[in-house]
Amino acid sequence: MLAGHRTWIFEQKPVIISTGTVGGPFEANGNIANDFDILHSDLWMQQDSFEKAHKLLMDEACQKAIEKAGIQKEQVQFFLAGDLINQITPTSFAAKTLGTPYFGLFGACSTSMEGLALSAFLVNGNGANYVLTGASSHNAAVEKQFRYPTEYGGQKPPTSQWTVTGGGAALLSNKGNGPRVTSATIGKVIDMGMSDPFNMGGAMAPAAVDTIEAHLKERGVDASYYDLIITGDLAHIGREVSLDLFKKHEINIDEDKFVDCGLTIYREGQPVLAGASGAGCSAVVTYGHFLNRMKKGELNRILVVATGALLSPLTSQQNQSIPCIAHAVSIENGGV
Amino acid sequence: MSNKKKKNLTPTQQQYQDFANKREVKRPVFKNCIKAFLVGGTICAIGQGISTFYMYFFDFTEQTVGNPTVATLIFITMLLTGFGVYDRMAQFAGAGTAVPVTGFGNAVISAAIEHRTEGFVLGVGGNMFKLAGSVILFGVFSAFIIALVKTILIEWGGL
Repeated sequence: MLAGHRTWIFEQKPVIISTGTVGGPFEANGNIANDFDILHSDLWMQQDSFEKAHKLLMDEACQKAIEKAGIQKEQVQFFLAGDLINQITPTSFAAKTLGTPYFGLFGACSTSMEGLALSAFLVNGNGANYVLTGASSHNAAVEKQFRYPTEYGGQKPPTSQWTVTGGGAALLSNKGNGPRVTSATIGKVIDMGMSDPFNMGGAMAPAAVDTIEAHLKERGVDASYYDLIITGDLAHIGREVSLDLFKKHEINIDEDKFVDCGLTIYREGQPVLAGASGAGCSAVVTYGHFLNRMKKGELNRILVVATGALLSPLTSQQNQSIPCIAHAVSIENGGV
Repeated sequence: MSNKKKKNLTPTQQQYQDFANKREVKRPVFKNCIKAFLVGGTICAIGQGISTFYMYFFDFTEQTVGNPTVATLIFITMLLTGFGVYDRMAQFAGAGTAVPVTGFGNAVISAAIEHRTEGFVLGVGGNMFKLAGSVILFGVFSAFIIALVKTILIEWGGL
């Protein structure tokens, strides 16, 4: 059901019956290594290119999610996923292996929640019984496309972020046990004219704030309704800017309850500068770490706001600004 | 940001940019300069050491020792880049590792390694000078201009 202009309330409350998360070596050294299903010790993952390793991340995340749910892959009706690589080939190639009807999504780093919102909508409207959704990114493959060669020695500024090597997938169903998707707010593209591709957090913050503001208003709840409001990959600078923007817009958000996936995944001291980013970032942290905490009962209601910077290397070389988007999905425990 | 660029923005965008700029962590320019000075200086000292070594043990003069020294430094850079160490040093040193000839070597070698998966012709061959190409182009072009200026001054300036 539509509430307001861009919020869906899911009466059937689709269940996330299982998830699969895969990470790379850098993530294995990180803060939440225990929340991954599979960790690779090598960036190549026994493949002969980074792009193939990227595909493997998505492959394994999907397999793991299906396996943990105890169903056959033929029972999955739709697969909605995406990544950051040109023409989202890693995801499409993974969909080929899976053999499931497939929607390829691109929302940059917001793809995870774009997929979850659409999947919940499908399940809620009886369009499917089982829907698989996910997002992935591979550090070296993404850096190769958006920045410089992996081994190139260029000094990155303190505002830049580290792309996560990881794939996360979630399986949604209309019945079963697990955390439930209760509502979603779809973001608008917001462009504040920021054009520094090494400061994505600062560019994405207004989009996150806009979506959160719209969500709270249209769902008619206060920020304190949620145990945590989780942003995708704003990192240090984006988070600070967002908190100040909330103050300016007079929205009360408890600083301790406003966390960021990009600041959760790595330990202090890992050389990630402002924090993590990438399509896989919000996917692995949400589907791994935060859903595990919900299952343990530490958290009951979370709002995940995945943020994406919709730029390409071409647009930034042509000095165009960075348009950004954020999608919010609320996940809650219990109740039908 | 230049004022010309700012003119194209709406007032809300300008307001936000000022707002965000205040919160942006700036590059620690002074600290970076010191680090670049130390690391860059060390690389040059190593280069000097290699030169002296070649002059002392082999038949090189101060004029001819340049080429083998550069080749040796680039060979060391190749190893460091291949083992994935050079980019980490560069994050610390900044211009210290970028300005000496090792930085140029790294730009070529890293691109060659990166695009190996696309094959030797279209991958390595086509992309090797992706980053270094403009250095070569503008280096040769500036050398041409300087040579032109020098020739004109000598021919007509009576220097």
